[in-house]
Order: sequence, then structure tokens, then C-alpha cells
Amino acid sequence: MSAALAPAGLFDCRDAYVRAVQELAEADPRIVAVVNDSVGSSKLGAFRDRFPERLINVGIAEQNMVGVGAGLANGGKIPFVSGAGCFLTARAMEQIKVDCAYSQANVKLCGISSGVAYGELGATHHSIEDVAWLRAIDTLTVIVPADPWQTAEAIKAAAAHDGPVYIKVSRMPVPELVRSDATFAIGKAETLREGADIAIIANGTLVHHALAAAQVLAGEGIAACVINMPTVSPIDKAALAAAAATGAIVTAEEGLSRGGLGGAVAEYCAQHNPVRMRMIGFPGFAPTGSAKWLMEHFGLSAAGIAGAARELLGMKAG
Amino acid sequence: MVSPEQHRHVEGVGVTTLEARTAHVRERANWMRRRLLAMIVDAGQGHPGGDLSAADIVASLYFDILRIDPADPSAPKRDRFVMSKGHCTGALYTALAGAGFFPEAELDTYLKPLSRLNGHPNRTYLPGVETNTGPLGHGFPVAVGIAVAGQIDKAEYRVFVLTGDGELQEGSIWEAAMFAGHRGLGNLTVIVDRNRLQQGASTEDTNQLEPLADKWRAFGWEVVEIDGHDPAILLAAFDDAAAPRTRPRCIIANTIKGKGVSFMENQAGWHHGVPNAEQYATALAELTR
Repeated sequence: MSAALAPAGLFDCRDAYVRAVQELAEADPRIVAVVNDSVGSSKLGAFRDRFPERLINVGIAEQNMVGVGAGLANGGKIPFVSGAGCFLTARAMEQIKVDCAYSQANVKLCGISSGVAYGELGATHHSIEDVAWLRAIDTLTVIVPADPWQTAEAIKAAAAHDGPVYIKVSRMPVPELVRSDATFAIGKAETLREGADIAIIANGTLVHHALAAAQVLAGEGIAACVINMPTVSPIDKAALAAAAATGAIVTAEEGLSRGGLGGAVAEYCAQHNPVRMRMIGFPGFAPTGSAKWLMEHFGLSAAGIAGAARELLGMKAG
Repeated sequence: MVSPEQHRHVEGVGVTTLEARTAHVRERANWMRRRLLAMIVDAGQGHPGGDLSAADIVASLYFDILRIDPADPSAPKRDRFVMSKGHCTGALYTALAGAGFFPEAELDTYLKPLSRLNGHPNRTYLPGVETNTGPLGHGFPVAVGIAVAGQIDKAEYRVFVLTGDGELQEGSIWEAAMFAGHRGLGNLTVIVDRNRLQQGASTEDTNQLEPLADKWRAFGWEVVEIDGHDPAILLAAFDDAAAPRTRPRCIIANTIKGKGVSFMENQAGWHHGVPNAEQYATALAELTR
């Protein structure tokens, strides 16, 4: 398998998310959306116009939003509970743990504009801890899609899955990846590029950077395989075993690497396939800067990933 | 699905008059009190104060009011009861067992390793539990969500949720109360177990709740204040809650923490606590008088 970047433009995954939710809602009356005054930022205006009774806006009240979502699931609905990732996860963490996961309520949580998309608004509005926090919650499926197609597939898979799911929906512009094998399943990684020297495991907005990094490395004679790992929990252990077989792994994610995708990969490898690793992610609260600047500044870029790969392989930057 | 009329005939009691219904609930509540104290003594821990204050409310619902069928615990049209004060498992589990959701003998496993009867209710273990509770301020917003689903579907089921009074200090309660008022959830009834004590002291000395009825009214709720230990009054209030409404209903049930056991009544210290052998004998004697 191989994948190249589609030349035609960049996309906001929120558009794919709303299209998928609306498509599901057309076919299934159980689908409802629950928001915290976030109709606009979740791009659910058209959904509200089409299904006024199925758009439940609780106002600015995230704890109640998630609790109400669990109640709607009890009443037979399939609620897509959508709000800015930072507030949905941090403010309503205990509701996510108890009302959704521990209760096994069929709630779909959508962390909109997560990561550092809010840039200059600062760390209050960044959602870089979400994957680390939510990955620790038993039975909660955590998905970080990489592009519009995968976002839509993740939404559809979440609706079909009986149980609580968190989906990190980015607003950062990303290209549509080109795939030879366009199938999506919860818990399955996809290998976008083969390579035996080193494995790059990425998800979300970092996947296209990982592919670009592999392209650069190939020019230096380094064969890097690129694994897109959208489901962080439960993680694809077979894919991790294959990645570890290369002897070196770089992880890349738009979030804290400690506890996030990087942490998940390290936990597996330390116990089953000890392997040298580098983790690309944010080290902590981000300083003032645009999203684009923050990503580049902290090496969440093709250059950053390639640099980590070279360092890991004991090579000098070319 | 059991109709209200059929339901009132369970166990061959043949209860139809309010007087007969009241006697049935009173007998069941008394049984619950004795049984839950036995469980707490056997387990060596529990929350007897709140269990005893809630017993008459919970008995009225499970042994008369709720349209539920233990043979089909997830029937879409069932009435819902949510125990938001999730630590009061003594009251909840005895009611569920008494209503037939699991064998009464299983009450003897309370809090023991791998028992389905955890210290806080878990719906994945036990049929009849609607949502897992324990941390305060969780069950009530979930009940509001169930009522929203019923409102959207124009369903006939009713949603009852029991909160503690100390629990009302949680902010999530008021987020949900505001939203229930805004939505005009006429299918929703909250019962506040107003025993005026939280675990360490009185509610009013800790973080004042009064004027409590005014607070609920200001959030768009109909409010009644009743004696939470008189089954006749409780049944009348719950019957009235079944009438078609356009606003959610709050029943402030004035109760006594530890009700029915003289040395536990109005004592914050019995929020947790396990009676010793002598105290247990005294309690049983008082409850079997």
C-alpha cells in the first residue's frame, strides 16, 4: 500500500462531521445532537433547521450536556454530544467517566476544534490533554481521525458501535489522504506507507505531516513506514508489534505526548517489544501564538518528525 | 408492561383504595428498613441515615406508583426511577429485590467481593438500575435527559428522580434544573429527600439551601412540600404527578434522617455507621413494634 497527498486543497474536518451526522439522522430517527450553545462552532445550523426537535441545546453547561446525553441514550436515542473539546472533556470529565463510560451509555462525544486550533486564545481553549485523560477511562473508545473521509467514517462507526465513544474533531486544515484501502474499523490502524528502517505512528492532523516526513527521509535513503492510528483506545496491538519490528518508532500527535498516543505506544512497547522511541507532541501549556506557529514551533511538522527520526537512527540531519 | 391498575394488584394484595395502598406501602417500607439494616450490619458498612430517610419515598414508588416490569427491565415505555443520591443503596436494593428485579436472597451479598450489589448502583451489574450514580449531582441531569427523550417522542412514561438535600449544593443540579424548567418537562418529577442533614452537619449550617421551594419555583418548577414519611400523602402527591403537565414538578419531601430507629433519628453521625449487636436489636424491636 502507498498513499500520496491529494493535491486539491485542504479541508476542515468539522464539515465532514456535520455531513455524516446529518446523513445518519436522515436514516435513523434515534440520532440527536446535543450542544452547549455551540451550534455555530459545531457547524450544526443546517442540522437544527432540518431537525429542530433533534437539536438539543442545553446552553453553556457542559456537565448537564453530558448528563442529558446519557439520559437521552437511556431513552433510546443515539446522542452526538458536541462541544469545544477543551470544555467538553475537562469540565464534564466525571460525567464522561460515570454517566457515559461506567454506565455504558450509548453516547457519542465529539470534541470539536480540539488540539491547539484556537491558537492565540491560549491554553484554556486548547484541548491537548483530552486523549491522555480519556484513554485512562475504561471502556471509552477514543478516536482521532486524520482527514475528512476518516472523520465521516469514524462518526458512522461510532453510531453503529454500542457504547460510549469520543471523537476528536479538528478544525485545522488538512488534506484528504489518498488510500488504496479505504476501510475504517474502530481499533484498526492503517499503514499508509511501508518501510523497514523506522515506523512513524501518527494520528489526527499529524498524519499528513508524517507522510511528508517519510517522503523527505526516503530521499536520504531511510525507509520509514507510516502508520495512521486513529483509535487510541483500544489500540491496535498488531500494528504496534509490526511497527516495533522496525526497531525505532516516532509518534506524532496534536496533543500532549505524555499519556496520549505516544504514551499508549510506549506502554505497549515497553512491555512487549522494547524499542527506541521519540514522541512528537506538546510538552505542556502552549505559549501565545497562532495554531500554525505553535505546531511549527514545537516540531509538529514534517521537519520535526523527520528530525526525530534521524536522531533516533543516530544520523545527522542532511 | 404492567398497567398501574395491574401493578397495584401485585402479590395478590388486591389494593385499590388509598387506605389499602397506603397500608401496603407502609408494610413494604418497614420491611425495607429491617432488611437494609441487616445488610449493613452484615456488610459492616453502609449509609443507614439516608436509607431510612428515603425508605417511604422509595417504597411508594416501587410498590405502587412505577409502571415497571422486572421481567422486562429495559422496556422502552417503562417509567424511570433514578437514585441520584446513589449512596442510599440499602433503600434502592431492597426495593428492587422486593419488586422482583433480583432474588431477595441476593441482598445477603451486599458489598461482598464480586457482588452485583456494589456500594453504589451499577446498571451493568443489576437490572432495574437506570444509570450509575454515587458522585452527587449526576443522576438528576441524566433523569432530565431521559425526560427530554420522552418529550421528543411524546412518550407516556414518567421520570422520577430522588436527590438528597445536601446534593443540591452541586452545581450540576442547577444546570439541569434550569434546563428542565426551560424545556417544560411535565413528565419529570424530582423528589428532594429533605432530611436537613448532610454527612457532617446540617445543610443550613454548611451551605444554606433555604428558601429551597423558592429556588425551584424560580427555575420554572411546580413545587409541593409534603411529609416524606406518610405513604398516603406520598401516594397522593405521586398520583398528582401523573396528571398532564407543562412544567416539571419538585416534591420537597420533609424527612428525618435515620427515620424509624430512635437513636439514629436526626443524628448526622449515622450518615455512615454500623449498629452494634445491642443497637441492632433495639432497632429491630422498634421496627417490628
